[in-house]
Amino acid sequence: MSAEPEEERPPGVVAGVLVPGLPHPLLCPERNPGWQRLRTAFEAARQDLLAAEPDLLMVYSTMWPSIIGHQVQADPQPTWVHVDELFHDLGSIPYQFRIDDDFARATVAAARARGLESRTVAYHGFPIDTGSVVALKLLNPDNAVPAVILSSNVYSDRAETLVFGKACRDAILAQGRRVATVVVGTLSNRLFTDWIDADPSKPVEDHVHSLKDDEWNRKILEFLGEGRLEDTAQLSREIHRQIRIPKVVSFKSMWWWSGVMGQHNHYRGQVYAYEALYGTGAAVVGLTPTEAGVGEKEFDEDDVERYRGDRNVIA
Amino acid sequence: MGSIVYGALAPHPPHLVYAENPPQNEPRAECGWEELRWGYERLRRDLSSIEYDTIVLLSPHWQTYVGTHFLGVPHFRSLSVDPIFPNLFRYRYELDVDVPLAERMCEEAAKAGLVTKMMRNPDFRVDYGTIVSGHLVNPAWDKPIVSISSQRSAAFYSVEVMQEQMMALARATRAAIEASDRRVVVLASESLSHRHFVHEGAIPEDMSLEHVTNHHQYLWDMRLIDMMRRGRTREVVDIMPEFTEQAVSESDSGALTWLMAVMGFPTRPAELYAYGTVIGTGNAVVGWDLRAPTEASP
Repeated sequence: MSAEPEEERPPGVVAGVLVPGLPHPLLCPERNPGWQRLRTAFEAARQDLLAAEPDLLMVYSTMWPSIIGHQVQADPQPTWVHVDELFHDLGSIPYQFRIDDDFARATVAAARARGLESRTVAYHGFPIDTGSVVALKLLNPDNAVPAVILSSNVYSDRAETLVFGKACRDAILAQGRRVATVVVGTLSNRLFTDWIDADPSKPVEDHVHSLKDDEWNRKILEFLGEGRLEDTAQLSREIHRQIRIPKVVSFKSMWWWSGVMGQHNHYRGQVYAYEALYGTGAAVVGLTPTEAGVGEKEFDEDDVERYRGDRNVIA
Repeated sequence: MGSIVYGALAPHPPHLVYAENPPQNEPRAECGWEELRWGYERLRRDLSSIEYDTIVLLSPHWQTYVGTHFLGVPHFRSLSVDPIFPNLFRYRYELDVDVPLAERMCEEAAKAGLVTKMMRNPDFRVDYGTIVSGHLVNPAWDKPIVSISSQRSAAFYSVEVMQEQMMALARATRAAIEASDRRVVVLASESLSHRHFVHEGAIPEDMSLEHVTNHHQYLWDMRLIDMMRRGRTREVVDIMPEFTEQAVSESDSGALTWLMAVMGFPTRPAELYAYGTVIGTGNAVVGWDLRAPTEASP
């Protein structure tokens, strides 16, 4: 970090990056040229994040589902040897992270102030998800920047997710922090349902599962590459219908991302890589706030400032 | 020749372990969910009179999107922390795996055309569904287990495809058991209706806050339980697509379908040990004594 005067480094969200959470770029990039390019892209994104001089990484992982509101990791030094539940044969991942527990508590307080259920988790052995582990190992390998990790609530709809993003922004500004946001998730998420890497002595043949998935992925990247974050967020429901398997959480990360970064299209986007990752669409994409950008488009979705609770529409 | 001597629907809310205060679990509770816990007590009492060698269970919380996986390490010892309810479940476990039986199941499933994998990484943390159901059925952990992952074909395709795959898996697991010398207890580790509350009371075991999330889920739970108590297990599988969708059921894991099929769709009435709700979800502890071999093949 440089010793630039504080007034020249105003607080706020200074950068954002989207990364995939599957473990292959960390554990076996050499098995496939695309996985290696993803690994290289992680490093390029890391350099650009550091150049923005953040004092905190805020990780929102679509691979950490929660039910009781929005959970925030608050163990100052979580330490474990992680094994992915699906790709366990790729090996173990020892980790020790540096978590800003004070900021975690501030995030929870900000979420509650906007009507959300939220709580910290600080327990030895808490199972930090593969995506968060991969992101922090590759983007912050020496723990140079402290981090917080946020869960993705299984039941939260657009309004709740958006409000949670805004609450995170509240915490950032109230604490006067310079934050780089990290969204962990794929674009299309359909994996192959058979092994493509059965023979460890051979390179892996990989491709995006279908042409439709690939075309949608490229459309999303066209938007994000132009810095059109809010346009992507507005399109999230359609993206989910088109290219998302209904796993535990939906394609809600763009709602959180626009809530915390700012609901507009004034960003400089950079697509570092787009590759197939076991059939999914995996991209490393950076967003930097800028005065320029493509400006406002016609946004159809309502804006929401405060979460007012479950409407019990199915009760 | 090996056989399945007992089968049970054995749901895995970590709250039940929390409320029992076993020495393995760090958090302490005052009480809670007694109906279900007393039901598990009765199940354990019945199992204590049955001779068996191995517990085989299928857990929704070992989620594998590529193939069906089997634990393949002889001994595990670690700490299980529930990712959803870490305030309630931080459990030190130590368990043995019946690796030869698991390998035989894996081979049989592969022969049937299913995608499979043995899990050989000793650092692997056993999922909390396996741990909770395993504890509630056999807290002494003095029997080896086989833990089978939940292959998520309901998410990738449909409940119908999932059921076809689970019935093929059931035939394979049953063939592996019969080809062994093991007397086996089979468990489906899952809830019935599965819509949670998104809030938790200041005292998690405050039972004045506990009820099913909504009436329509309760009706579905009662319908499934009634079928099981009347021995209409094929109907349970027939109605699974509607039940899974409308009750937001954890049966999307395939565990209940697998259980019905691996037991050979028993027509004898099931023993309902308990029904209760846990943070709004519907849970039943249900058992089938299968020692009298009157069932058809799956």
